[in-house]
Amino acid sequence: VKQGELAFSKIEHVNSELLALTYGALVTQLLQDIEQVDEVNAKLEKIGYSIGVRLIDEFLAKSGIPSCADFRETAEVIAKVAFKMFLGITADVVNWSDNNEFSLILTENPLAEFVELPENYSGLWYSNLLCGVIRGSLEMLQMKVACYFRRDPLRGDDVTEIRVELKEIMIEQYVDDE
Amino acid sequence: MIFNLFIFNRQGVCLFYEEWNRKRPTQNIEEEKKLMFGLLWSLKSFTQKISPKPVTAFNSYTTPLYKLHFFETASGLKFVLLTDPSAGDLKEELRAIYSGIFIPYVVRNPLYRPGEPVQCPIFSSTLKAHLSSLPCFKA
Repeated sequence: VKQGELAFSKIEHVNSELLALTYGALVTQLLQDIEQVDEVNAKLEKIGYSIGVRLIDEFLAKSGIPSCADFRETAEVIAKVAFKMFLGITADVVNWSDNNEFSLILTENPLAEFVELPENYSGLWYSNLLCGVIRGSLEMLQMKVACYFRRDPLRGDDVTEIRVELKEIMIEQYVDDE
Repeated sequence: MIFNLFIFNRQGVCLFYEEWNRKRPTQNIEEEKKLMFGLLWSLKSFTQKISPKPVTAFNSYTTPLYKLHFFETASGLKFVLLTDPSAGDLKEELRAIYSGIFIPYVVRNPLYRPGEPVQCPIFSSTLKAHLSSLPCFKA
């Protein structure tokens, strides 16, 4: 938690309303362009993935966190340092199964601050971008994960729950092309 | 004296190469990049194998005529700097290049596509300015 506070203090901040409104405009535009809610969910995840692939270096450099010993430590670092650093909030890590699946519980979600989902968009995972960010950044650290929303207050749940499942730890291989 | 700098990604793509005070030009730079990555790969896996703990990589090695400095990030980026053998420990310098120059001018550059060679003039010029300011650049 301390490391999260420290990292948070080191990076530049933007107004949270600006962030929420910008993200809202992005989602609205996608809904207009794509129309299919499922595809919007997928698109948001994909955009998040591209962000995560870059964001990881920012995270590593600014947080100064050394390599994690295991996936449990990784989960804590995501919840307490990464979320704090980039969103100003922390998450709780719960519901472990087999040391390779966990849930992140968010009590507040800065992206969805001013949002109400209309009924025809009830299948939308509004903040699905976050899943992509987690998947993209962990992939850069050789961890293939599946990441998805389980609960979202926009759908009437009490908290936000993001599930992260470790699928595979990729092993570095030397590809000799000769 | 600083000779040249390589930046590789995890897949072995040379994202960036530049030389400054290199005295003996290479015959084939593409070949050299491949050999360099192969060397780093082997050296790293060998040092890990003989190390008391399986996690360490290596920081540098020295020959009578040059010194190779190596810094690798958790995201698999490898920064390799070649200098004359009298240069001190430049690991922190490489880390500073990563967080202070590579991230702002490459990673945050929306036109840069991850995994492709860096073609960003401001990155090269800032890097050059930074390295030239080091006492060991021309010494």
